[in-house]
Amino acid sequence: MRRFSISALLKEAANGHQGWERQWRAPEPKKEYDVVIVGGGGHGLATAYYLATVHGITNVAVIEKGWIGGGNTGRNTTIIRSNYLFDESAALYNHAVNLWEGLSQELNYNVMFSQRGVLMLAHNHHDVISFKRHVYANRLNGVDNEWLTPEECKEYCPPLSISKDIRYPVLGGALQRRGGTARHDAVAWGYARGADARGVDIIQNCEVTGLQRHHDGSVKAVETTKGVIGTKRVGVVAAGHTGVVMSRFGLRMPVESVPLQALVSEPVKPVFPCVVMSNAVHAYISQSDKGELVIGAGTDQYVSYSQQGGIQIINHTLDAICELFPQFTRMRMLRSWGGIVDVTPDRSPILGKTPIPGLFVNCGWGTGGFKATPGSGHVFAHTLATGEPHKINEPFSLDRFRTGYLIDEAAAAAVAH
Amino acid sequence: MSQPFRLPGGGRIDRSKPLSVTFNGKRLEGYRGDTIASMLLASGSHLAGRSFKYHRPRGILTHGSDEPNALLSVDWRPEKGAGRRDPNNRASVVEARDGLSVSTQNHWPSLETDIGVVNDLLAPVFVAGFYYKTFMWPRSFWDKVYEPVIRRAAGLGEAPEVPDADRYANRHAHCDVLVVGAGPAGLSAALAASEDGSKRVMLADEGFALGGSLLQDVTSKIDGQSAAEWVEAAVAKLDARENVVILPRTTVFGYYNHNHVAMVERVSDHLDEARDGLARERLWQVRAGQVVLATGSHERPLVFENNDRPGIMLAESMRAFVNRYAVAPGRSLVVATSSASAYRAALDAKAAGIATRIVDIRLEQDCGPELAQARSAGIEVLTGHTVIKALGGKRVKGLVVAPLGNGGAIGTRRTLDCDCVGMSGGWTPSVHLFSQSRGKLAFDAELDAFLPGQSAQAEISAGACHGVYDLKAVIEDGAKAGGGNITVEATASFTGFQPVRVLPTDVDPGKVRAFIDFQNDVTAKDIKLAVREGFTSIEHVKRYTTTGMATDQGKTSNMNALGLVAGVLDRPLPSVGTTTFRPPYTPVSFGALVGPARDELFDPVRKTPIDAWAEANGAAFEPVSLWRRAWYFPKAGEDMHAAVQRECKAVRTSVGIFDASTLGKIEVVGPDAAEFMNRIYTNAWSKLKVGGCRYGLMLREDGFVYDDGVVARLAEDRFHVTTTTGGAPRVMAHMEDYLQTEWPDLDVFLTSITEQYAVIALQGPNARKVLEPFVTDIDLSEEAFPHMAVREGYICGVPTRLFRVSFTGEAGFEVNVPADYAESVWKALYEHGKQFGITPYGTETMHVLRCEMGFIIVGQETDGTATPDDLGLSGLVSKVKTDFVGKRSLTRPDITAEGRKQLVGLLTKNGQEVLDEGAQIVADPSAQVPMPMLGHVTSSYFSSNCGRSIAMAMVKNGRARMGETLWVTTPSGFTEAVVAPAVFHQVQGAKADA
Amino acid sequence: MLLIRCPYCGERPEVEFHCGGEAHIARPDTPAEMTDADWASFLYYRTNPKGLHAERWVHNHGCGRWFNALRDTVTDAFVQTYEMGAPRPDAGNASSTATKAA
Repeated sequence: MRRFSISALLKEAANGHQGWERQWRAPEPKKEYDVVIVGGGGHGLATAYYLATVHGITNVAVIEKGWIGGGNTGRNTTIIRSNYLFDESAALYNHAVNLWEGLSQELNYNVMFSQRGVLMLAHNHHDVISFKRHVYANRLNGVDNEWLTPEECKEYCPPLSISKDIRYPVLGGALQRRGGTARHDAVAWGYARGADARGVDIIQNCEVTGLQRHHDGSVKAVETTKGVIGTKRVGVVAAGHTGVVMSRFGLRMPVESVPLQALVSEPVKPVFPCVVMSNAVHAYISQSDKGELVIGAGTDQYVSYSQQGGIQIINHTLDAICELFPQFTRMRMLRSWGGIVDVTPDRSPILGKTPIPGLFVNCGWGTGGFKATPGSGHVFAHTLATGEPHKINEPFSLDRFRTGYLIDEAAAAAVAH
Repeated sequence: MSQPFRLPGGGRIDRSKPLSVTFNGKRLEGYRGDTIASMLLASGSHLAGRSFKYHRPRGILTHGSDEPNALLSVDWRPEKGAGRRDPNNRASVVEARDGLSVSTQNHWPSLETDIGVVNDLLAPVFVAGFYYKTFMWPRSFWDKVYEPVIRRAAGLGEAPEVPDADRYANRHAHCDVLVVGAGPAGLSAALAASEDGSKRVMLADEGFALGGSLLQDVTSKIDGQSAAEWVEAAVAKLDARENVVILPRTTVFGYYNHNHVAMVERVSDHLDEARDGLARERLWQVRAGQVVLATGSHERPLVFENNDRPGIMLAESMRAFVNRYAVAPGRSLVVATSSASAYRAALDAKAAGIATRIVDIRLEQDCGPELAQARSAGIEVLTGHTVIKALGGKRVKGLVVAPLGNGGAIGTRRTLDCDCVGMSGGWTPSVHLFSQSRGKLAFDAELDAFLPGQSAQAEISAGACHGVYDLKAVIEDGAKAGGGNITVEATASFTGFQPVRVLPTDVDPGKVRAFIDFQNDVTAKDIKLAVREGFTSIEHVKRYTTTGMATDQGKTSNMNALGLVAGVLDRPLPSVGTTTFRPPYTPVSFGALVGPARDELFDPVRKTPIDAWAEANGAAFEPVSLWRRAWYFPKAGEDMHAAVQRECKAVRTSVGIFDASTLGKIEVVGPDAAEFMNRIYTNAWSKLKVGGCRYGLMLREDGFVYDDGVVARLAEDRFHVTTTTGGAPRVMAHMEDYLQTEWPDLDVFLTSITEQYAVIALQGPNARKVLEPFVTDIDLSEEAFPHMAVREGYICGVPTRLFRVSFTGEAGFEVNVPADYAESVWKALYEHGKQFGITPYGTETMHVLRCEMGFIIVGQETDGTATPDDLGLSGLVSKVKTDFVGKRSLTRPDITAEGRKQLVGLLTKNGQEVLDEGAQIVADPSAQVPMPMLGHVTSSYFSSNCGRSIAMAMVKNGRARMGETLWVTTPSGFTEAVVAPAVFHQVQGAKADA
Repeated sequence: MLLIRCPYCGERPEVEFHCGGEAHIARPDTPAEMTDADWASFLYYRTNPKGLHAERWVHNHGCGRWFNALRDTVTDAFVQTYEMGAPRPDAGNASSTATKAA
């Protein structure tokens, strides 16, 4: 792998950038791999990367039906935070934030992790209690999160209206300074490049169509549009299409796939310094390095794989944005799009074993998977390498839906991820 | 500035209506019918902006909504003060009006002299994706140094700083046929569709004049009429038909499911005088039976070195400026083309008296009849020539061209001096809306374009967006799409083009900066670099180079990018993929999407019938779900704490009056009502006597507490159910769901009566005395009307359902009266109660009083993860019933496991200290982080009745910890508290159930 | 925004409706006799198909009635809406759990 650096860049500038090599190869699949990862999004690619770097397992294939990073990795609003309520969630997402902080250097790929702070606004008494509960729990879990008064919110985010006369006045906010945003595509590409350099085969435009099993039921091979690929371990990391892949393997899952919409404005000069989330009025907003306001909308109410939702969802989100930031009504929506998110009954992910020996699943991230990418890949690589969950992902088992050990952040706090 | 480049005659401008605008502080003159772009050209200037990354000077590329370069900040009504300025308006579509104040963007200190142009010198370093490869060291510099610098350099205009002074409207409509685009195909389609009068037809066009490409057509004849006459006649016909709605200035921007089409109409920005209150824009949401897409096509730029210099524009735009706006875009023009259509631009310019030459990439024998026409008009045409580069900086000065020889050889260069270039690389059908409708695109190699293939909705494309370019065929195609069948005679159009990706050059292409995406400064080199680095899917190329992602969304650039990638990979173009088109077609203001949903219309406020009285009596309010509720009633000089303490005392010592109208209320009626209640609630209902009340607990199917409330049995077959304020709609929905879908065999009706009944709570030892004089037909004596009973009778002559219930522990009544009578009943009770010192109290006092008694609030003590046993309410769970909603889940392993959080009371060591609600509880505050947590504080108040603070908490194994000292977080550390039963107050005298 | 044909009221915009998830999952008659795994399956496990999907809708801002719909989750096109209790139109004998509530 040719290292990226300013000196390499200057050297290439002198020679018309003719010397850059492919960031990852385009190999044909081999007959057999130690591990096959189904899904070339951020989580799948990170899993492959950590399998190679942490566990020394490099005979790995990542099978992607389209182009890598083309699913939710490239469609989310790039918010990163770890101020979750439950110990289990805090451990998982904070593990991710710790990895985010060194990720550009680790990957030698600038993922533009920008710790501009994530401010979550409270608009009613219930929000206040809930966010304080988060702040206190986070403190004891070693996760940074602090309570701000409305005036402090305004100081941190000057465009915010803290007028008492709006429909849901801001009563305060919880700020995680270590939170922020990153460049989503770069995360997929950086992991892909790193994994590829260590021998991982990234196979694009290849769809997994079935699973072959040994007589004892364990995994033998995956069937793909590019042939049968032998392997002992399969990790399905297919986000919104998890249900589809698993049904091809004969399994039903406790997930439903729904469209989640987002939009950006036309680019403008810096006007929005942080990330603001408001669950009470359903609004998420930040400004990208290009200058676009990046706005997360809600999910549609029905199962769909269409990557397209209704305009009423966009309208509703912008109602809320313009209530909090009334000066933005003259901004213009430039692009809107949808992703397909897989939602579990408790809105927490599933990371671990399945009833089929050798088959593992990493799914159910719902609307908030991007932030977990490095942590998710790291612990899922451990799970695939050892056959057992890492301490951090142990609670996120499929079995919790049987026992009732739910990790229901949404119910506990009315906070979307 | 005067108008030295205005042509003496012609055009569709109204020379009787001169106007002026301010452009970067200077006066710019023009006429009604101009755009800012045509006014600028009339003044002789092309320079209109700076590019995104390299800050290169840029001119006007197009005459339409596909403009990538000329983006302006516009203050629409500067005379009216702040609040009407917005950035990134395309000069090519901003309709000129007297008094507009516009300015260019993304430069410092000025448009002419921009320091940012230093980026252009660093272009060899600032290639596609350079930022992924650097700015990584030292680690902390990304946030602090690199990113802020990049951010300041990026972005285009300045966001508005003050709230918008305009308002926006919203309208829903239905029609049988919606025609999108009022060019020749669209007009023809609308005429056909509306002809027999049976269909409601809507015709929308983004422009301020109808006619599309015919607006700049001064040579074609249609059935003997000029193009202008034909348009005029068509519009007049449509105007006269009552079944037609014509919407100019209306951009169809989104094609959603089931023919739901979104469009935005610019209502007032173009008006000289806009009456107060007139909306600026209107969002139309149209459900159309059939949609006819007649959206035309976009011209492709040619890709050669310095093809972005001001003065270089699209050939058809050159024609539009000459014919429609009567502007000479230069004194000496060169038309560079691989497309026949550009000859029409050259001929029209020549006819307008402007010196014009043509450079055609095509070989002589590949040209059509256009070649001979041009030559016979005296235009010099160089066929088989490539454009090597453009000369000039802030304005093009010449084109360097060279003949193409056999086998790719390039002949001797020749420089054509000029001050304006019209270029055409052919045409791309505007299939955006078709693609949004999820129709499948099909590549047509002959036309080198993606065309509408299989439709997914009731939609049909016509005209240029359908790959039909000849005028006669366009009009006939439109009529067919509109359901008609006509034949017209029309002048033959010059059609056909030779696809070119990057023009051949005689220098190292690696050193050439030829732009594909003008606004985002993406060059052909950048795209080749991306492919070299393995980004071979077009989506990867887009994301890596940002091509096609600027405010024009690649309308002029996408096909050039796609073709180039396919060429580099030597693969057929469709295999590289096509980009998916997403709404909006052109940028749409947030304001239009928000519409009237601002301020008080953002989310309606629900108010109780007592709300006006509360407001008149000085209540402070708090939002509770959609309601606003009286929070407390401060007297002069009182803060919240003082008011609440006074209210709490009053209830326990005399009587308080409280508006409980927001409680959800549902009537469950029918022969199977009791059975239904048995299945929905954890409790048993069969034995509840008529006239009795019972506290009911409701679970979700997963066993967690969903809602609670008092239920009264009014008759054998009639229950009056109350729910929490926030839970009312979802409880009703939950009940209906089970009733209709799981138990259709039960004969039960459910009716929401939340709005029909107001509830006045009278609580305290003197409650009965206040009530007595007004109640008739009900025996209020303790024996006849005990705690947890309900009676029906009259109060103040108004029918009432009178509940003897208490959420305070005191003797109390809840008076349910029809909402319309509530205020008068309230006032009567309040007046009479004055002799007892009756005290209105709000939700805060209600909370304190119920906490003193240890009563839970669902949503405060519970959080969606609590079971009845967690709350100490297992006594409410029937052991007898074999089933009810949620029962099975209560025996799941984790629900019955040891160590669950249980509801307890907490008493701080220091009774004056009030715990934070939400505070966490630990056994050992010196434990290592992450620290094991035992639970959290759910409710916490200072109780004047108890003379100390009180709190409730959910604590692991809490009920086994009575008397244990635990540590609770405070903003600065921890404080000690002792676990206690969650009952803090002993009611004296006439208790609720005495 | 979807256009949904309420079997009782006719076509109405989606905002008048609420989607209630997968249809034809009847609540078991005797939950107490079920294993934890079977109960979890009833509570949480869903088909989530890419293609035809039977789902529940309620016209909650209209007539208030629940009904079922068969919809393609790829195109979002409705094949049919039908009354509660009617079998899945394309089900044949495939769906044994489809009878009770539904």
